[in-house]
Amino acid sequence: MIKFFKLKPSVGLLSIPYSLIFIFFFFIPLLLTFVISFWDYNEYSIIPDLILENYSYIFKDCFNFDKEMCVTFKTYLSTLIFCFITWFFTLIIGFFVAYFLAFYVNSITWQIALFLLCTIPFWTSNVIRMISWIPLLGRNGLVNDFLVSTGLVDAPQEWLLYSGFSIVLAFIHLYTLFMIVPIFNSMMRIDKSIIEAAYDNGANGLQILWNVIIPLCKPGIVIGSIFVITVVMGDFITIGIMGGQQIPSIGKIIYVEMSYLQLPAAAANAVILLALTLLIIWIMTKMIDIRKEL
Amino acid sequence: MLNKKNKTYYIFLFFFCLFVLFLYGPTFTIILLSFQGPDGGLTFPLNGISTYWFKELWRGGAVVDIGSAFKRSIILGAIVMILTVLLSVSAGLAFRKKFWGSDTLFFATVASLIVPSIVLSLGVALQFRLLDDFTKWIGSTFNINYINDFFQTTLGMFTSGLGTQLTWTLPFGLLIMFAVFNRFDKSYEEAARDLGATPWKTFKEVVFPLIAPSIIGIALFGFTLSYDELARSSQVMGADNTLPLELKGLTTTVTTPVIYALGTVTTLVSFSVIGISIGCYVWLKRKKG
Repeated sequence: MIKFFKLKPSVGLLSIPYSLIFIFFFFIPLLLTFVISFWDYNEYSIIPDLILENYSYIFKDCFNFDKEMCVTFKTYLSTLIFCFITWFFTLIIGFFVAYFLAFYVNSITWQIALFLLCTIPFWTSNVIRMISWIPLLGRNGLVNDFLVSTGLVDAPQEWLLYSGFSIVLAFIHLYTLFMIVPIFNSMMRIDKSIIEAAYDNGANGLQILWNVIIPLCKPGIVIGSIFVITVVMGDFITIGIMGGQQIPSIGKIIYVEMSYLQLPAAAANAVILLALTLLIIWIMTKMIDIRKEL
Repeated sequence: MLNKKNKTYYIFLFFFCLFVLFLYGPTFTIILLSFQGPDGGLTFPLNGISTYWFKELWRGGAVVDIGSAFKRSIILGAIVMILTVLLSVSAGLAFRKKFWGSDTLFFATVASLIVPSIVLSLGVALQFRLLDDFTKWIGSTFNINYINDFFQTTLGMFTSGLGTQLTWTLPFGLLIMFAVFNRFDKSYEEAARDLGATPWKTFKEVVFPLIAPSIIGIALFGFTLSYDELARSSQVMGADNTLPLELKGLTTTVTTPVIYALGTVTTLVSFSVIGISIGCYVWLKRKKG
């Protein structure tokens, strides 16, 4: 029994500083957001209460199907469409970039070097990467100059910048890496002899891709998809800057409500956004065990 | 087989090159445009070559005080970097065995990467607002003059701002540590222990040199992600703004290449940090080998 009290200081204690950060800057803030979404407010302060007005206001007129679709549903629909288009293109591009790196680049040094080449922009400023499209896509930008001078169009195209197009382009530009990394990771774990076996049994390249590589890359694809979808779901900066502050998003609603100090209303919107995001992630993680993939 | 240099190889190579051009092209466009002459605008053609817009930036032509925002961002980035390394390495060591709450902590780590940044930013802002109200309440209830006279807010770059940025950088640090320890050969450590080394000595003499290159990687993530972080920081920096926040404001107000000059400067800072990190990484790897 004495032995029981002579516990050595556990190495687990080393996780305490890390845990504290997540308690104070993750768990408590999210909990407070949930609680305050039921509070009342006026112009100056937030008032402890237990009301549902913040939620009912969000869904005002949403279930009256005779009328036009409500603003909330429209915003969610628009954000979900951005999610889907971005997901589709980042997946295709990300998959083939990873495929090239994993199966066509032979030396490990080159693999690392080219992989780094794809990663470096992730460590630079997103805002700069967004505004760097202006000289290319703007009214007098390079793309319009090219289109007009070759006679493909009569006048400069306005839809290239500050539009849904530029938003999706910026998302793809910023977040394809989120697909490349996990898919590349999955591909590097594929035993090359499996591919050779398939080849020896007469499978062609396309069959190997479809029946061997893609199924084995499923975990990477799911992880990448989760990253891309969640980052687009909550976005307000890319949609703001690349949409010329004209296109709505859920993140932007929260941002604007915060700037008007309608904090409980913002909290209610945040809870709904979070719930929807978690639902999507939950569905996707049903397919894999993330921890095994590291 | 797959890696034969046949037609598909060149198609893939071409595709990859296009992707790299897509990644870097726009950035190099604005770097080029930032060296325009004084008459230059936001688009091509290049009106002469000069460093006019950099001088303009230095002079404060971008309205806000870029110099101090720049300094603040560097300092914050450095602090976030140090804390990210210390906390994620120690947590990484803890995670090698199961401990009480380890599953929850792992869940929080992954969740923190995918929770919408604006939601977390709002949550932390709310928390500090309540903290402010509470502090003021204490001040008035117990008549503490110092609080009543001087207290304004607990929200600030090195309180709420620092903590919120750590929820973004720490998960990357910990996941890197996981990747390192999953491939870690434990026999060196066991040998040290068998020879009578204390746990601290084992860490210092055996484990640390082995994981040192990866720690460089964690530091790189810590600094650059903090230095460029925007969405999470948007509500929690208090009175002062970091460089990315100022930059976001400038996108709607500034219509001269001075914003490109600023972009060039911060991109060069990022590139130098990345370059130095990669250099250190390679050097440490060589030294070990």
